[in-house]
Amino acid sequence: MRITAKQIPIIATLAVCLLLYGTAAIAFHDRGFFSVGVFVNFFIDNAMLGIASIGMTFVILSGGIDLSVGSVIGLTSIFIASAMDRYKLPPIVAIFVALLGGTVFGGGMGAVIRYFGLPPFLVTLAGMFFARGAGFLLHLESVPIDHPFYNALSEFHLALGGGIELTASALIFLATFIIAIYLAQYTRFGRNVYALGGNEQSAVLMGLPTGSVKMRVYALSGFCSALAGVVYTLGLSGNPSAAVGLELDAIAAVVIGGTLLTGGVGYVAGTLLGVLILGIIQTAITFQGSLSSWWTKIAIGVLLLIFILLQRFVQTRKLRTTAS
Amino acid sequence: MPQTVPSIEPPLLTLRGIEKSFPGVKALAGVDFTLNRREIHALMGENGAGKSTLIKVLTGVYRRDSGTMQLGGSEIDPRSPQDAQQAGISTVYQEVNLIPHLSVAENISLGRQPKRLGFLRWGEIAQRAEKAIARLDLKLDVRKPLSSCSIAVQQLIAIARALDTDARVLILDEPTSSLDTREVEQLFVLMRKLRDQGLGIVFVTHFLDQVYAVSDRITILRNGQRVGDYAAVDLSRIELISKMIGKDLSEVERESGGKAKPLSTAREILVQATGLKRKGAVENVDLTIRKGEVVGLAGLLGSGRTETARILFGIDKPDAGKIEIDGHKRELRSARQAIALGFGFSSEDRKTEGIIPNLSVRENIILVLQGQRGWLRLLSRKEQEELAAKYIAMLNIATSDAEKPIRFLSGGNQQKALLARWLASKPRLLILDEPTRGIDVGAKFEIQKLMRSLTNEGMSILFISSELEEVVRSSDRVVILRDRARIAELVGEEISQAAILSSIAGTNESSPE
Repeated sequence: MRITAKQIPIIATLAVCLLLYGTAAIAFHDRGFFSVGVFVNFFIDNAMLGIASIGMTFVILSGGIDLSVGSVIGLTSIFIASAMDRYKLPPIVAIFVALLGGTVFGGGMGAVIRYFGLPPFLVTLAGMFFARGAGFLLHLESVPIDHPFYNALSEFHLALGGGIELTASALIFLATFIIAIYLAQYTRFGRNVYALGGNEQSAVLMGLPTGSVKMRVYALSGFCSALAGVVYTLGLSGNPSAAVGLELDAIAAVVIGGTLLTGGVGYVAGTLLGVLILGIIQTAITFQGSLSSWWTKIAIGVLLLIFILLQRFVQTRKLRTTAS
Repeated sequence: MPQTVPSIEPPLLTLRGIEKSFPGVKALAGVDFTLNRREIHALMGENGAGKSTLIKVLTGVYRRDSGTMQLGGSEIDPRSPQDAQQAGISTVYQEVNLIPHLSVAENISLGRQPKRLGFLRWGEIAQRAEKAIARLDLKLDVRKPLSSCSIAVQQLIAIARALDTDARVLILDEPTSSLDTREVEQLFVLMRKLRDQGLGIVFVTHFLDQVYAVSDRITILRNGQRVGDYAAVDLSRIELISKMIGKDLSEVERESGGKAKPLSTAREILVQATGLKRKGAVENVDLTIRKGEVVGLAGLLGSGRTETARILFGIDKPDAGKIEIDGHKRELRSARQAIALGFGFSSEDRKTEGIIPNLSVRENIILVLQGQRGWLRLLSRKEQEELAAKYIAMLNIATSDAEKPIRFLSGGNQQKALLARWLASKPRLLILDEPTRGIDVGAKFEIQKLMRSLTNEGMSILFISSELEEVVRSSDRVVILRDRARIAELVGEEISQAAILSSIAGTNESSPE
């Protein structure tokens, strides 16, 4: 198979992922880093970030950005918790309303972006403040969840044999991932997202429904954020200050996953790798033991810089090959 | 006597009385246009004649104010490019409007991909694309990304996409502007083939040779009105041009009385450019500019005038050819370097490449001079004010005072301020690209007068204008471009509108290719 320029970032992501995992596995082999248990834990620990990053992938592919992700997670979690606590809403209803609300909220931001031609950065920044504020309006502090259904869901484990188990959050993450690949690769909506991010003006002149695609992308991201909020509540609480700044981790995961920040190029699978890379760095630093956990942030910063530089390199190279 | 007269087919597309206004401008004033099946129909007109507005009305980008549109006998009213496509009108624009990162196959089917059970069928997408490009006698791997194809092939892929719907009308809007001669020939072969398959093709171009090479009929627009609809074989080049610019030949000949102008061959050469070539811009341009003369650059829009100026000013790099300045070979790499050599360039598009709207008249005037001096040697406020006052008086710039933001000035006065900016830097060569576009007659004459007095002081001017009268009146020498190459040069008394027109219209024999 030939490698095209647009595949370079995701191949680099895969290489970095394997390199980090291999290095950590060798360095901490005596402490059991290289085990299925640790590997499965990447999916369990990073389910919330992973789901939010998948929504973010579509937004960035379309050439936009969504800064409201973390706030929507916080709002969703406190909504579910206080709705069950205060209004005795059945958990299924609370979850359903939360997912619907997140989708409508995202779609609303998309509509503002579409109809007023405003930059997504500013619109979702406003959304971020709005959702965070609304969360604190519902309740000022963390609210515990205690409901038989929730307890069961939270303790649910899918045994894979050999003592390896997947939690409900990990399963939700994997399901979201598979559906996202289907959306991106096998639906017109997904392909239109790529076209919109590749060149909006061309997409319009090609007769593609760019306006509705834009709105649906933010609705999808809103849905994913709300779903990540649901995953947060599986920790049996809701918290208005949950996931502060998580959107930035999500953007980092998407970009490290090989998606071009300018849109149009990238893969959902890359985002999964990006999330794994962040998880591996964090786990490796925990295993190391003596390093401050803030080194995670430094490592992410360095990686992010490298990937942005790589993107620039790929783009200029592409320009040159097109021009010649 | 033959018994059957070939039945006259009803026209494929009929536009009647199309009107479209924009604030302050009537872009189309009752235009009629008729396109037949099996016909390549060229749409001709100078810049601003209404060609692109008409195309946009036809493709649903703009809504018309009034008039009727019929396609195959039934009324149509496209409200978006999507609508027009569904009605059977497909368009390929000047700039390739496809998505570079996606595959060729996907670009062809985007928005109408085949699916089954909710899944896109990639195999069928590729097969359909292969069929679509085979129709154009093109062979390539449809799974490659579009960006790996040359611009010419991308253009063909855009046509393949346009035909993938059941297009009955294909609009090609300046499709050849970034193609080289051989690629243009390929495109023409394809256009003829599609015509013979029954398509009606609307062809918009600025290249006269191309119009005659491929068109069956020609519709000419001028100032938003239809001048006429002619069979290509019945319309000579010179007639075509005079209809486009709106002057009778006899009128042109009468006006062009010889004016005594000094022959300037004796003067020292400032700039000598030979064999300039840049893909998609100019093919072969030679140009000599002597000290203290005005060299006019004439030719139709798209003939390579602005492109030549951009190369001389270091904005674009030539692929081949050399430039000598004061007898030394130079490679111009940037506008900054050209300014350092004493060049000035007043751009055609003063709104986007010239004035800085929110700065005052004074600040706009001193910009280049200050840039030349470097920001460490700031002009004092007093010097700035003196300079501004001097040029406002010299050029009669109508402004209440020098501190007024320049966006409040009229177009002509903005143009004069822009001119003042370059004059303040005391250039040796001033390139004026359409300096009189959109300004009133009085200001035009002032600018021409000024050009004359500047050259008397030893400055050289390269003057680009679409208005032949101006070129004739102001230039000591006129270099004529056609289809991106220099085809003739007129000096002194030879310069007349008629001579320029017949050069532009001249047949291929005098052209280098």
